[in-house]
Amino acid sequence: MNTFTYRKIKNASLYVLVCLFAGLTAVPLFAILGQVLIKGWRQLIVSDFFVKSTPTTLDALIALRSGEIIPGGIANGIVGTILMVLMATFIAIPIGIFAGIYLAEYKTSKYASIIRFLTDLLQGVPSIVVGVVAFIWVVIPLKSYSALAGSAALTVMMLPLIIRSTEETMKMIPNTMKEAGLALGTSYPIVILRVMLPSAFGGIFTGVLLAVSRVIGETAPLMLTALGSTMIQWDVTRPNSAVSLLIWEFYNDPNLQSLVWSASLFLLIFVLTLNIIAKQIAKKWRIQ
Amino acid sequence: MSDKAFKTLLWFAASIILIITGGMLYSLTSGAIPAFKQFGFFEFLSSSEWNPTEGSEKYGALAFIIGTIITSILGILFCLPFSLPVALFIGEYFKGKKIASLLGTIVDLLAGIPSIVYGLWGFYALRPIIMSLGLSPQGFGILTASPVLGIMIIPYAASLSAEFIRMVPNDLKEGAYSMGATRAEVIQHIILPISGSGIFSSYILALGRALGETMAVTMLIGNANGIPNSIFDTGNTMASIIANQFGEAYGLKLSSLIAVGLLLFLITAIINFIGKLIIKRNNL
Amino acid sequence: MENTIKENILTLKDVCISYTPGQNAVNMVTADIQKGLITSIMGPSGCGKSTLLRAINRMHELYPGITITGDIKLNNKDILKMNAIEVRRMAGMVFQRPNPFPTLSIYDNVIAGYTLNGIKKTKDEKDEIVENSLKNVALWDEVKDVLQKKGTFLSGGQQQRLCIARALALKPDILLMDEPTSALDPIATNRIEELLVELKKEVTIVIVTHNMSQAARISDYSMFMYLGDLIEYDTTKKMFTNPQDKRTEEYLTGKFG
Repeated sequence: MNTFTYRKIKNASLYVLVCLFAGLTAVPLFAILGQVLIKGWRQLIVSDFFVKSTPTTLDALIALRSGEIIPGGIANGIVGTILMVLMATFIAIPIGIFAGIYLAEYKTSKYASIIRFLTDLLQGVPSIVVGVVAFIWVVIPLKSYSALAGSAALTVMMLPLIIRSTEETMKMIPNTMKEAGLALGTSYPIVILRVMLPSAFGGIFTGVLLAVSRVIGETAPLMLTALGSTMIQWDVTRPNSAVSLLIWEFYNDPNLQSLVWSASLFLLIFVLTLNIIAKQIAKKWRIQ
Repeated sequence: MSDKAFKTLLWFAASIILIITGGMLYSLTSGAIPAFKQFGFFEFLSSSEWNPTEGSEKYGALAFIIGTIITSILGILFCLPFSLPVALFIGEYFKGKKIASLLGTIVDLLAGIPSIVYGLWGFYALRPIIMSLGLSPQGFGILTASPVLGIMIIPYAASLSAEFIRMVPNDLKEGAYSMGATRAEVIQHIILPISGSGIFSSYILALGRALGETMAVTMLIGNANGIPNSIFDTGNTMASIIANQFGEAYGLKLSSLIAVGLLLFLITAIINFIGKLIIKRNNL
Repeated sequence: MENTIKENILTLKDVCISYTPGQNAVNMVTADIQKGLITSIMGPSGCGKSTLLRAINRMHELYPGITITGDIKLNNKDILKMNAIEVRRMAGMVFQRPNPFPTLSIYDNVIAGYTLNGIKKTKDEKDEIVENSLKNVALWDEVKDVLQKKGTFLSGGQQQRLCIARALALKPDILLMDEPTSALDPIATNRIEELLVELKKEVTIVIVTHNMSQAARISDYSMFMYLGDLIEYDTTKKMFTNPQDKRTEEYLTGKFG
């Protein structure tokens, strides 16, 4: 009787503890969202925020003294982020998809298993190390920090995600689909590109979105490659800014600290929306 | 396009991965060689001096290696009491239910928050608490960085563990229930022993993440170049020293920072390899 | 049938196929297949019937390590020496499970053999091909108003008829069917069988089946294969009423398989 009660209590307490601590995990998410939202919304609704570049410390100081909202915005960061992420995406998509197809098509080959292993390894490389390497590969030869160097780092970070999602979805497509295409007298490249690839679109697209959302908030590798810029910079061979780099700058400049929250809010909204869209597509994809 | 040309194209795309990883190892190694030559490989690993004064320059990575290990392991310890319940919640208690997928989404979003935003949050929300508890006068240090690191790696540890817990065969659980076991006993005697090594591997992989986390740690650890005396002390991790000092570095210092990068690359590669190996042995 | 002149469309001579060297999955098969008829290939699983069928349009090449020797002549052309793509256009194939292309509409599935191969057709020509092919498989009336819906939206039996239409659209000389009804319910199976008997006028059919009564119902000639060997090949009537080989008899009476 006694042990029975003890067992029941133990069972109930584990249940309560699991639910409690699992629930507590949600706290940081909402705490972060809440803090960023409360401190950042005011600046975000100022129209200047998206069209003007970073203010100088002095301008900010003057505005602060007179109790006004800090002028300027993060347009230079937005332009830099868009430039670098777009370039990285355009390079990473074809390479990643073709490499993913290779892994799916040559499941058992020795070379494919080496590439698969290296892809996993690459995915685990810390972003700061990727930054160091992009510095050696691009910044040193070009003798300048640049958006190009930044996008090289981001490309390396995106590739493993795109490769593995392509491989996984291509593997899920039944082999009979390939056979059906070939049985119609269609050539192998056409079957892969026009029958298999469209069937895998949802999965690959999810992979691309997740890859973009992974790199869009990256700061460390960009510090070593893109460096930063106080004005809008379209020249990809010159140093450039990024939203994440601006957050780092604002954080280090006491006069600009109220901008830190709005830039973070902007970045968070962007990244989390991408994440949710990607997951939604992935869910739909699995049902079909 | 001919079959052959297309297959070559696929092969070439795959080979780019080989070129990138091989090139990474090559560039990091050749960048690090001046430092290794100057100080000696083992001396670089075992020295904790970080002296950029011209003329008497001397760099060693020991302080940062120790800083990285302490911070990461402490991070795992902070992560554990949350990620394990999350895994049980998703993989066992509410398996397949709406609420499990809701928690799954929340945890996924946690993984989506950029490192720098975690750093800000740690700086403005956690640092004042550390200060008011009198644990550290400035509020910076390993004890500030590692809880934030712990939260950041919850998603990685939890989602994989949940997968392993979910995979425990139903007939085994039913066998235990049929003999009158409670759910807690089923978890303790059936689920955890069976999924144990899988769960362990997910923490190994989470550790791999933690070792290389940069921004949040850089913003919170206090950036001191010595070996930390205790967990209340300030310090630097391998990632944070690179982030902090790479900008103005040249010559021997640059080479030393690249050498730290090489070490970080190798350590994370080995940790990830071990994690994947355990997973493979468990056939996931 | 007795009065028709025999015309062979497909001749197999000493065909051997192996997955591992020294072990023939199909062993020295020699047979002539007549035009305009349905020939079924029966046998217990692993007897090599699917392997043989797939070799006729060179599908075996998808998997490395398969070797094939002997002669396979389709319309007097040695298919092993031809370009695989040409062979596959001459020999259409229908698979065990219906496999319409999931991203394409019903219309586009039927015409896929043309579009994927880059063969240009005017809109009118395409419409005609689609309509004729779907009429051939008695699917036209059921789908003519939903041609732009995805092929996967149809029922299993409809999907399989769509796949037959897709193969027929290329006007093949011969239609190879690999257990085409094994994934379908009895009613859908029945419809496909009726359809095949109708289709004889259009195209020669070789069908692999492990359903003996299906072979008896629809085929003119039957082959019985066992462990890679072609044991017996005769008119279906003769094989089912008076099998020559003991193994055939045992199979047909359900002693193994």
